[in-house]
Amino acid sequence: MAPILDVKKLRMDFGGLRAVNDVDLYINQGEIVALIGPNGAGKTTFFNCITGVTRPTAGDVLICPPSSHKSERINGMKPNVITERGLARTFQNIRLFQNMTVLENVMIGRHPRMKAGVIGAIIRDPRTRTEEKQVIEDSHEILKKLNLEIFVNELAKNLPYGAQRRLEIARAMATEPFLLLLDEPAAGMNPQETRELDETIVRIRDTEGITILLIEHDMSLVMSLSERIYVVDYGKLIATGIPEDIKKNPEVIKAYLGEEIDA
Amino acid sequence: MSDIKTGIGRYITKKDVKRSGLMALWFMFLTFPIMVVKVNTVTDTVEWRWINMFIVGIFSFILTHVWKLMIDRREGRIAAADNTGETTEKLSWRERLDEKPALKRTASLIFLALAALFPIVTGMYQTSIMITALLYVVLALGLNIIVGLGGLLVLGYIVFYGVGAYTYALLNYHFGLNFWLALPLGGLFAMILGILIAIPVLRLRGDYLAIVTLAFGEIFRIVMENWNGLSFGPSGIANIPRPALFGLDFSIQQSTTLTYYVILAFVVITIFVVRRLEDSRLGRSWVAMREDEIAGEAMGIDMWKTKLAAFALSTFWAGVAGVIFAGKTTFINPASFTMWESILVLCMVVLGGMGSIPGVISGALIITLLPEYLRAFSELRMLIFGAVLVLVMVFKPDGMIPAIRQKYEFKGISGNKKKGDK
Repeated sequence: MAPILDVKKLRMDFGGLRAVNDVDLYINQGEIVALIGPNGAGKTTFFNCITGVTRPTAGDVLICPPSSHKSERINGMKPNVITERGLARTFQNIRLFQNMTVLENVMIGRHPRMKAGVIGAIIRDPRTRTEEKQVIEDSHEILKKLNLEIFVNELAKNLPYGAQRRLEIARAMATEPFLLLLDEPAAGMNPQETRELDETIVRIRDTEGITILLIEHDMSLVMSLSERIYVVDYGKLIATGIPEDIKKNPEVIKAYLGEEIDA
Repeated sequence: MSDIKTGIGRYITKKDVKRSGLMALWFMFLTFPIMVVKVNTVTDTVEWRWINMFIVGIFSFILTHVWKLMIDRREGRIAAADNTGETTEKLSWRERLDEKPALKRTASLIFLALAALFPIVTGMYQTSIMITALLYVVLALGLNIIVGLGGLLVLGYIVFYGVGAYTYALLNYHFGLNFWLALPLGGLFAMILGILIAIPVLRLRGDYLAIVTLAFGEIFRIVMENWNGLSFGPSGIANIPRPALFGLDFSIQQSTTLTYYVILAFVVITIFVVRRLEDSRLGRSWVAMREDEIAGEAMGIDMWKTKLAAFALSTFWAGVAGVIFAGKTTFINPASFTMWESILVLCMVVLGGMGSIPGVISGALIITLLPEYLRAFSELRMLIFGAVLVLVMVFKPDGMIPAIRQKYEFKGISGNKKKGDK
């Protein structure tokens, strides 16, 4: 079976700076894969290229949704089209719709799966009304899955930090993705919250069948969670493999800790 | 000093008195040229009105204290809310009203009945003022879609009002088109122009969008002033027929009353439509666009379509209002569509509360009616008007009636569940 995401020789230049340098990466259905690397290694740029925020300079991003098994090249597509195809993401610095309620945030996530137009909104025909009701129900179900239902009508900005992170995941899940891209989901969380996040991510994969690609700095989370790891440094892929191998890889240790200088 | 805990001493410290004293001195100095010195041109002497200086001093001394107390109270309230961490504990009167839909409906109906009776109870002069006010209500509600919900700062909104007015005036002049046909056409033309302008400016946001739309506003006005062949230039178009029914000859009074009901009907329609749009898939994507465009796109919202929809649906109302305006004044020229008007409409939206329908309506009513009814104070009226604007912005930065989000009820759950309950 073809991998659901296949990235080939992805390159991204910003002027003279090569932020992502010929990176290859693939993910199979049902995997949890981590992308790690020191600060400024080009991880988020890589995410942005895949999700359409920036257009890659060269290379291919191919997706093959498990539902259709039809391979498609997605570079250069607009972010909203890519989301419609089934890739959803969260952001490194939380980007919720601050002045909307928690439920509304998730309802926005349902947007690409809805059909109502202007006329429907004004005359409120039966179809629009059923759709609206369905969306409220569905969004509420998603909130329950992430233990956010107590905050339903709270404004997103009033939520505790950990809950905001979870809401970002809930919102992304609402778009019904087959691949979820998490950009540092544990950033700023305490150990307790991180443990809960670990469970949540595994649960999403097991019960929803959503494949996960995550960027993370918390090594204990990465090592316990991921099945395969990609390591990038200065935009280049320096290692890939299972967590045990990555831990021992001299290149990775060098990238993270620096080289020993013979004096 | 710290022992004084009663009466005024609790609020006013020595430092405050000193500060107020300095403020009073500063104001006395500032107003010195206009309040104290008076040149008598007849006798060629200078009058020194020192008494005015003392009055200014005393008033500013007292007012700075009042000002400080009000600020303190406001900040105290915010601090208290932060301490509890719960902002929802105390429901505002609007949230409480939302829980009683029957009461809300009755209140709206009473408002509507009062509005319908208005021209019968009052005279033509009052009705005419109210027509203007309601025109601005429609304009403000329309602009609220782009600015309040969509978060796009557009400064040339009055262009679309002008397009509506010129549509009626010109089509009537050349083809004898009547008011009722011009109504939808004016809206349609404004909408088409809205879309045409939107397409090139959609890539811009924030300040850049504001400047470009401002420029479009000026282009429209200058073109209308100079293209004599089309718009008859600054001399404008006169003798635009007032609205009438079934080809009957209406007196000015009857026509004014009719115009009033037309605009009132449009206010109701606008509220209805905006209310429904706000609470729909499209309305939510507008708010998402305002909150975070990039996150919105990542959630699958086509920002391009969303912005176009905001422009189209917003400019339509301006066009319709423009047609009614032309029918009401019977004369239009480019001077009615200056940048100042755009700013005024924007003021109504911001002052009332961005994205809040009752807020925007009251903003529009206050900004149009306050200067009207302050005519009694003649030369002070703009001063009072300005003071009101400043006060609202200081004490109610979210607008007079801020927007609240729709709440949803769910059977059996709603908050009874304990935290961490799995």
